[in-house]
Amino acid sequence: MLSIDALHVTYGGAVQAVRGVSMEVPDGKVVAVLGSNGAGKTTLLRTISGTLRLHRGKVESGSVTFDGADLVSRDPAQAVRLGLVQVPEGRRIFGRLTVEENLRAGGMGNRDKAAKSKAQDRVYDMFPVLKERSSQRGALLSGGEQQMLAIGRALMASPKLLLLDEPSLGLAPRIIGQIGEVIAEINRQGTSVLLVEQNATMALGVADLAYVLDVGEVSLSGDARQLSQTDEVQRLYLGHDGGGEAGERRVRVPSGKKLSRWTA
Amino acid sequence: MTQFLSLLLNGISLGALYALIALGFVIIFKSSEVVSFTHGSLLLLGAYSIARLSDSIGFLPAVVVGILITALAAFVIERLIINRLRGAAVISLAIVTIGVDIIILTELIRQIGSDILNVPHPWGGESFRVGSIGLSQNRLIAFVVAAVLIAAFFAAFKYSSWGIAMRASAEDGETAALMGIRQGRVSALAWVVAGVLAAVAALFLVGSPTPGVSPTAYAVALRAFPAAILGGLDSTGGALVGGLLIGIAEAMAAGYQDQLLFLGRGFSAVVPFIVMIAVLMFRPSGLFGTKELTRV
Repeated sequence: MLSIDALHVTYGGAVQAVRGVSMEVPDGKVVAVLGSNGAGKTTLLRTISGTLRLHRGKVESGSVTFDGADLVSRDPAQAVRLGLVQVPEGRRIFGRLTVEENLRAGGMGNRDKAAKSKAQDRVYDMFPVLKERSSQRGALLSGGEQQMLAIGRALMASPKLLLLDEPSLGLAPRIIGQIGEVIAEINRQGTSVLLVEQNATMALGVADLAYVLDVGEVSLSGDARQLSQTDEVQRLYLGHDGGGEAGERRVRVPSGKKLSRWTA
Repeated sequence: MTQFLSLLLNGISLGALYALIALGFVIIFKSSEVVSFTHGSLLLLGAYSIARLSDSIGFLPAVVVGILITALAAFVIERLIINRLRGAAVISLAIVTIGVDIIILTELIRQIGSDILNVPHPWGGESFRVGSIGLSQNRLIAFVVAAVLIAAFFAAFKYSSWGIAMRASAEDGETAALMGIRQGRVSALAWVVAGVLAAVAALFLVGSPTPGVSPTAYAVALRAFPAAILGGLDSTGGALVGGLLIGIAEAMAAGYQDQLLFLGRGFSAVVPFIVMIAVLMFRPSGLFGTKELTRV
């Protein structure tokens, strides 16, 4: 289980990107993190996957643990070995490598040969199109296929917890629906998922639990289905003009403050 | 015509050696984002070690140990300096490597002193002849060894896990790290491979038709830089083509120097650089280089 407690992260010692965030990803669950640009979603993932340092970010206080192991001081390769694998925002597949080489690159952190070949079977099983195109360069795939490849590549490391950074970014609605199904399937096969999204419809549809981040703080959290019924989430993330009252809220609001609408 | 063929053969064999050096240069750039000017002194270190050791332990063991010493030196430079400066500007790193190069070079020149060091190649200085086309045996063997090494390198680069890790890191370092690829390890290995390739090139470059080990061997490595640059600094295929191109151009300029006398004596020494400038004028990122060399 991933557990984040009172996490504070700054960039360059000045910009506070994450301010006192606490959250939990229980085993076998899909947890969604919603929030606008600059809410701290990506920073949160960087902290977990160990790439924060590459961006000159620093954990000021708080803790991040995975099955009891402290993640704050680890590098990305160690995080992968612990079973945490991130699918980066914008897919970032290796465009000059073939599909098959992309998958092999994904399995680099996986020492166990048998597990690797099992993972590859699973990926090809889940995404037959990748098998058809295994010798093509990654750059030649369509956006949706690239996202499948990015997810498949991460699965090659046989993660216990899959971290997804905005998998719906720039994709057609039909493809986003497929991604949602894929996430549900991955979870059904026993992998926990931490899903960071701006597309609340898809995220809340597939998640068990959800957190809403606002300017580096958790503003709402709770059961995903209940959260999607709340006025604020309806209004800000699901595009409905909510008519309900704040009193209907059935979820915990830690900060007690209202979400403000963002510009941009 | 025979002269032309002869020069072409010589050029190709010389070019294959340049290609070995340039390949090392390219993989270091790809994996560490460092334009490594340490190659000249690494090459000389390889030649020096082999020459010094062959007296006491014999030719073949000296070759093996000499290659190991050069690879170790490259490894130490990467671990001790380059790895710690990760994230520094490309220019600063390049200047740092020039500094390292000067330090090693100065020490080697002091060690060599006024000695005349020779690598006792068992194949000697004879030439191999087919009809009237001649090539020194040293160069012939050099060509065969270089071809085998280059083929092995490309096979490893294409199919091995190291090759895939290397290409993935070169394309997108952060994502490669997210996949559990240890970039420090990839980069250290690239330096080791580059050291081995440089030492092998050195072994042949100090043999016939060039005389023994002297600091002038250093200038030979300098001519491999334009090979890497004109091929495209981030292209392994480009290093191969660039190496051959430079080798052939140099051999031709040397062979036809009587006809080129109006350009001055010793023109062949500057030909590699002229070819490089000419190519870059039309293709600023080299023949096979990626347009943008900076990673996002």
